Amino acid sequence: MMISLLVAMYSTYFERKFAAWFQDRLGPNRAGPFGLMQPLADGLKLLFKEEFMPNTANRFLFIMGPMLAMFVALLTSAVIPWGSFIVIEGKEYSLQVADVNIGILYIVAVTSVGVYGIMLGGWASNNKYSLLGAIRAASQMISYELAMGLAILAIVMMSGSLSLSDMVAQQKGINWNIWYQPVGFLIFIICALAECNRAPFDLPECETELVGGFHTEYSSMKLGFFLFSEYINMFISSAIISALYFGGFHFPFEDSLGLSQNWLAIVGALVFFIKISFFGFVFMWIRWTLPRFRYDQLMRLGWTWLIPLAIFNILITAVVLMLHN
Amino acid sequence: MFSTILFYILSVILVFSSLMVIFSRKPINSVLFLIVSFFAISGHYILLNAQFLAVVNIIVYAGAIMVLFLFTVMLLNLNKETEPKKSALVKIIAVITGCLLAVTLVGSLKGIDNAPVQDFSDNSIGLIKNLGKTLFTDFLVPFELTSVLFLASIVGTLMIGKKE
Repeated sequence: MMISLLVAMYSTYFERKFAAWFQDRLGPNRAGPFGLMQPLADGLKLLFKEEFMPNTANRFLFIMGPMLAMFVALLTSAVIPWGSFIVIEGKEYSLQVADVNIGILYIVAVTSVGVYGIMLGGWASNNKYSLLGAIRAASQMISYELAMGLAILAIVMMSGSLSLSDMVAQQKGINWNIWYQPVGFLIFIICALAECNRAPFDLPECETELVGGFHTEYSSMKLGFFLFSEYINMFISSAIISALYFGGFHFPFEDSLGLSQNWLAIVGALVFFIKISFFGFVFMWIRWTLPRFRYDQLMRLGWTWLIPLAIFNILITAVVLMLHN
Repeated sequence: MFSTILFYILSVILVFSSLMVIFSRKPINSVLFLIVSFFAISGHYILLNAQFLAVVNIIVYAGAIMVLFLFTVMLLNLNKETEPKKSALVKIIAVITGCLLAVTLVGSLKGIDNAPVQDFSDNSIGLIKNLGKTLFTDFLVPFELTSVLFLASIVGTLMIGKKE
């Protein structure tokens, strides 16, 4: 959990750095060496800013919104296998907080609950822009959840298990799922972008139409929580993408290196983090390269392209599995 | 012992939030309490070793259906003034249907003392593998009937959606 928080903090920094890079600017470089203290300064600024609450807002739900968003964003990290196990004095310690046998469904459930933070926050602000943003967020997340679930289903069919650690264990070496499920991967990454409300699907907070979207009325740390939860979600979805399609903590030739189990676990965890950072980078890359979708385009893409494609993908997977056995 | 305490805590939450669904004045609070009660039900499922049911309950009810409820409440922004006045006939019909439901519930609870107690000592009973096997062997016909029902409702939704 602390790791997710730290990563989220620094992904704001890297986001700005990469944005600057893509736009041929310098980015934050004043606070500390290379501007590395910038996230701390931003956090302090958010903490010390004046708390503002609109008069007409529903007080309880207004506070509840960002809290829920943050809480739900942090929940998912529990079932992700960060590495294999470490042996300390003959005991095996797994580098996964909870190996739930329905891990992937747990993640789907938590993301589907994640809508509430944004919806409640947007509604409780009692502002038309916030409400519009919240409604956009909710309908977008429900629509893309379906395609995402169907993409995951193809993986579940291949691995025959709902546990994330089993799925990762089957991708040992370079036997990654991406080679078998390229279409599923494409669907999944598009849906992940939409679920995190990232550009080009950031319509809930579309500045040009909706002022600030669902967090128009928010200020200070409550706004910080919303923004933070977005970055945590991005980190977690990169982690899930790497775990589902890119072998998690597995890397090629891991058995021929002759490392002991502990070193293997540590190197594996590092490799996993490198993969996650790569996908985080891809997310930022996409954000600063592609323009935003129009709302009807977003819905059409979700319902008339991704869902049929995902069902077709499941069908082909099923046929291939049948022929294979 | 631990699970007994958990059971009582969950039950208190469940009963309280279910009552609040009915008694709270604002529709939005009702919806939120209903969500809380769904979570409590999922907690009960986990206590019964049915993790799959618990998670699916959250995905389907809390994650999808209640979001639609919340949508409706938010968009309509219901309050006392806009509440439609119901005629006496509708109220009487509502009371009668409510009583009928209560009679059915009490009737079904009456026979529960004689029912054989399920053995939950087998931890794997609620796992997805066993659940799937049971669904596709013992309960195949009801399962397929439900799927047909779902298909019919999907087609129906499409028809209504196209009409406009």
